[in-house]
Amino acid sequence: MTVSTTATTVTTGGALPGGEYDVTVVGAGVVGAAIARELARLPLRIALVDASDDVGDGTSKANTAILHTGFDAVPDSLESRLVREGHRLLSAYAAESGIPVEPLGALLVAWDEEQAAALPGLADKAERNGYRAARIIAAEEVRAREPELGPGALGGLHVPGESIICPWTTTLAYATQAVRAGVDLHLNCRVQKVTSGATHTLATSRGPLRTRHLVNAAGLYADEIDRLLGHADFAVTPRRGQLIVFDELARDLVRHVLLPVPSALGKGVLVSPTVYGNVMLGPTAEDLDDKTDTGSTAEGLALLREKGRRILPALLEEEVTAVYAGLRAATGDDDYAIRAHPAQRYVTVGGIRSTGLTASMAIAAHVVELLADGGLPVAGARELEPVRMPNLGEAFLRPYRDAELIARDPEYGRIVCHCERVTRGEIRDALASTVPPGSPDGLRRRTRARGGRCQGFHCGAAVRSLFEEART
Amino acid sequence: MSRDRTVDVLVVGAGPAGLALAARLAGAGAGHVEVLEREQDAGGVPRHCHHGGFGGPVRPWLTGPAYARRAVRAATAAGATVRTGVSATGWAGPLTLETTSPAGPERITARAVVLATGARERPRSARLVPGSRPAGVLTTGELQQSVHLYGQDVGRRAVVVGAEPVARHAVRTLRRAGTEVVAVVTERPRAAAVPGVPLLTATTVAELRGRGRLSGVAVRHEDGRCGVLACDTVVFTGDWIPDHELARRGGVALDPGTRGPSVDASFRTSTAGVFAVGNALHGVEPAATAAAEGEAAAAPILARLSGAPWPDAGPPLAVRAPLLWVAPNRLKDLGGRPMLLRSDEPLTAPVLTAAQDGRLLWRRRFPVRATPSRSMRLPAGWTDRVDRSGGPVVLAVG
Repeated sequence: MTVSTTATTVTTGGALPGGEYDVTVVGAGVVGAAIARELARLPLRIALVDASDDVGDGTSKANTAILHTGFDAVPDSLESRLVREGHRLLSAYAAESGIPVEPLGALLVAWDEEQAAALPGLADKAERNGYRAARIIAAEEVRAREPELGPGALGGLHVPGESIICPWTTTLAYATQAVRAGVDLHLNCRVQKVTSGATHTLATSRGPLRTRHLVNAAGLYADEIDRLLGHADFAVTPRRGQLIVFDELARDLVRHVLLPVPSALGKGVLVSPTVYGNVMLGPTAEDLDDKTDTGSTAEGLALLREKGRRILPALLEEEVTAVYAGLRAATGDDDYAIRAHPAQRYVTVGGIRSTGLTASMAIAAHVVELLADGGLPVAGARELEPVRMPNLGEAFLRPYRDAELIARDPEYGRIVCHCERVTRGEIRDALASTVPPGSPDGLRRRTRARGGRCQGFHCGAAVRSLFEEART
Repeated sequence: MSRDRTVDVLVVGAGPAGLALAARLAGAGAGHVEVLEREQDAGGVPRHCHHGGFGGPVRPWLTGPAYARRAVRAATAAGATVRTGVSATGWAGPLTLETTSPAGPERITARAVVLATGARERPRSARLVPGSRPAGVLTTGELQQSVHLYGQDVGRRAVVVGAEPVARHAVRTLRRAGTEVVAVVTERPRAAAVPGVPLLTATTVAELRGRGRLSGVAVRHEDGRCGVLACDTVVFTGDWIPDHELARRGGVALDPGTRGPSVDASFRTSTAGVFAVGNALHGVEPAATAAAEGEAAAAPILARLSGAPWPDAGPPLAVRAPLLWVAPNRLKDLGGRPMLLRSDEPLTAPVLTAAQDGRLLWRRRFPVRATPSRSMRLPAGWTDRVDRSGGPVVLAVG
């Protein structure tokens, strides 16, 4: 059964609605939004709450945007299984929803004998993770596949199934579909305290919220929410990843996702095209204490430039478009920390690191099973009405090139952001969408407006004006 | 489906250079001269420069907007077509541009294409300034548009980064918007102060701070002293780069110094039939300089329309540090027009040299002081001595 709801609920301020929700998901990142979407199939009253003014505004907005095969997961781990399933589910969902994905394949490049010696082990690990297309290639083939690579590559592992994806559209598609199917999305709603009895009462920055079942998908703060429920299974250590995004004119320099051979210190620095048509260098890996410290540092940027110069020397000659830092929700453990507490009608989804984007739909399905174990009625599931998201991908038809679209509505021919070719029609649509942006940065994640090389020199004032106009 | 059209000359960009060129060409009977402007209004950067000083010395000083209006009127009065809200997005052939506008995509083929795409300031990210990513971080271009075109609020306390003349315009715009200017910060050892505003020289911006909105700018003096300037706005000024996307996407060779299209003194690029003029060639020069380049390009474009061949460009002109760039930077036709030469450091009475394949071609002491924010004008007479089949000609100090 397909159900469409016209009255959608997204609130950003004021008191929360009364009554009791069947399920509340705390955290509207890519994982929380996926869970809310999965739950939306059930005839239940569901809330998705987030402390921020937008969905996907924490860890989810600043990851490396790769749709992973899971070839390098820890075999037999929960992460391995959910990434493998999630890859399949999200690939299909992306095709249906218009989330841009480019199947470029990845190359792990070995730069010294030690790394070259590690390749057979990685190929074997890929097999144990159920991924059979990975193949060790010689230095000559590495060079032929990536002509701009710096000198000294000794060989590589080709993983043809790795893709790049738009992380912003993914989160937004989940949230949009969930809200259209009746989920209440409450933003600017920070959970401060939880009192549990026959129901949970969440004390939030916008007043109390009562719910029978509770899902903690609070990312960096999942351990703190857990403690409010009396659990101390794990601690989240924010691991900062700084990234440099190079101009779209650098896109021709690289053809694959260029991965380093992983070491004890993590996955290392990669060079990857993005679906927006530019090239990303990063991330660093720095364990911090402060869960809000998303600043870049001179040392971090210098390190990235040094690593990048080795991998792709010509990249360093290109203009820099943006510098980001994101925090991953690292725990002491190698695996996801997804814990069910059936007696409490409570599920914790913690320790979801960079693979969480890929695994999101599989995590959601897994969590709904765990909730059912805690007594959530899961009968009467229906098909959701499909969503069709605006295309942000450079490899697909963008509105400014679409003659038929412009003929129907000339606003799609009126470019406002020149660097990224974002039209007034797209900005108008985003501002009027089911889950509208809470800030100009949110508008950027929905349209690319102001995300290009000039960072607002040409269009900043115009974009801000359109944003403010829509708010009044 | 795109529509296809043909014109005689297609000028991309209706700023001072593009408009001056279009006026001259249309007035000289070059046929259908069409100027594309991606903004809703023609006129280029002067549209949002509400300070005086525009126009040549024989005219009265004009404000930027008045200058822009005058330039648009001159071009249209001469018979050029100026189309606004039209973006050139790529190439469909050597002399065919793809465009988008509310009327739909179009392919326009011209007998001569002129890139007059202007320049922009490098933003904070391109300067790799570390820290958080709060609101309140601007370039002068965005500041001026916010204040003068949109009447937006830009904050209460601002820091201005940079020492070029544009920094002074940023200060003036901020004050006009009612914003207190806390300091002007520059890495340079010396700079002209703005009355009433503390000037911090030999100082770098170490970090931006603040969540949501900017709360302060951490600075470091070269002697090691550090501090934080509390502010809610920071304006990064100067550090210009030509808007060269269309040139690069069309395979037009760039000069490594200017990062704009490499051109000879007749504004010919490496692609036959494609010319480039104005600040697209070298970053920001005064509007009068850009307009003069546009006017000077008319004659070679008219010659091209009458069938003049596209000559080999000759050896490139290169610079050695502390010189930053020279324009034009190919040696064909360097007859009368002086070249613009920019230094990265202040130079007092510098001795400039030109050499080719180790052979000194020219040497001369400049009686003036060169500053990083203004170009020197280099005479071109000595270029007779260049071996047209030789290697690059290198300009250096000393």
